[in-house]
Amino acid sequence: MIFFDLFITFFKIGLFGFGGGYGMLSLIQHETVERAHWLSTSEFTDIVAISQMTPGPIGINSATYCGYSAIHNAGYGHLMSVLGSATATFALVLPSLILMILISKMFMKYMHHHSVESVFKGLRPAVVGLLAAATLLLMTPENFSTPSDNLWQFCISCFLFIAAFVGVKFVKINPIRMILYCAVAGLLLLYE
Amino acid sequence: MIPLIEEEVVNRHRWVEKQEMLDLIAIAQSCPGVFAINIAIFIGYKLNKVRGAIATAAGTALPSFLIILAIAIFFKQFEDNRVVAAMFRGIRPAVVALIAVPTFNLGKQAKLNKLTVWIPILSALAIWMMGVSPIWIIILAGIGGYCFGKMRNE
Repeated sequence: MIFFDLFITFFKIGLFGFGGGYGMLSLIQHETVERAHWLSTSEFTDIVAISQMTPGPIGINSATYCGYSAIHNAGYGHLMSVLGSATATFALVLPSLILMILISKMFMKYMHHHSVESVFKGLRPAVVGLLAAATLLLMTPENFSTPSDNLWQFCISCFLFIAAFVGVKFVKINPIRMILYCAVAGLLLLYE
Repeated sequence: MIPLIEEEVVNRHRWVEKQEMLDLIAIAQSCPGVFAINIAIFIGYKLNKVRGAIATAAGTALPSFLIILAIAIFFKQFEDNRVVAAMFRGIRPAVVALIAVPTFNLGKQAKLNKLTVWIPILSALAIWMMGVSPIWIIILAGIGGYCFGKMRNE
């Protein structure tokens, strides 16, 4: 039952999704691409791109889109796919709802306890690793092509990767603008 | 996002005091889940218990949900369009770079030293090369942090 599986998957992502939207990405990637094969790597990358360009939290955006695509790719129609995105988004929010209410109700005073703080401290370096993994997992032939498959596309992809990294990190170009530049570059250089 | 929430919740509606807000932000950021949703639930619960929490969570999620849903339905029909396909071939490498940037920024913020720098490297390799679930990395890191904190206190 794909809807039940979708619910459990995004509930898990909501429960263990530490480190903000980006930290959550490697979880979403692992669950939806590697484990369940609901999406291909390039579809997942497209979802991240679309989430980046639209307002709102990246976690909600990708859950909504993944839920829709997963059901759609399984061969269902639009209505069922909408239900799929509602299921994924609800499942992602539910652990937050339960946890934050429990914290408000009775654990607020423990949140600054040193054992709780040391757990959070331990998570911080691991979240950096999660982000690094998300980056590495997306460096695939699907996203970059390969030198033997299509040398031109591979070189352009590597150039755009470096240009986007330098542009956003050092030149401080707005990420959305950077995505738009690369879309234009893709249209001019990679049209087939 | 934080200035926007603060403006509405603290300055305009005065639902929460400034100091309490800072505390809630810190907790919502440490907890799992989407930050904006977490903070919305805290404020909703404070105002009107469980009903309030459900209302603010739904209110925060709904705009993004509807926008993305519209895009998903729209995009599914243009996926095979050659212009759209070419644009996304250019966008994909950039998106990977956009995830690489916060990796380095977060690494700097985490103030890694010679010893702790191995934690992100080994976790990334375990996920990337061995297909270990990130959930196990989170669980292990939490337990590790707890044990380390215990040891330091004794």
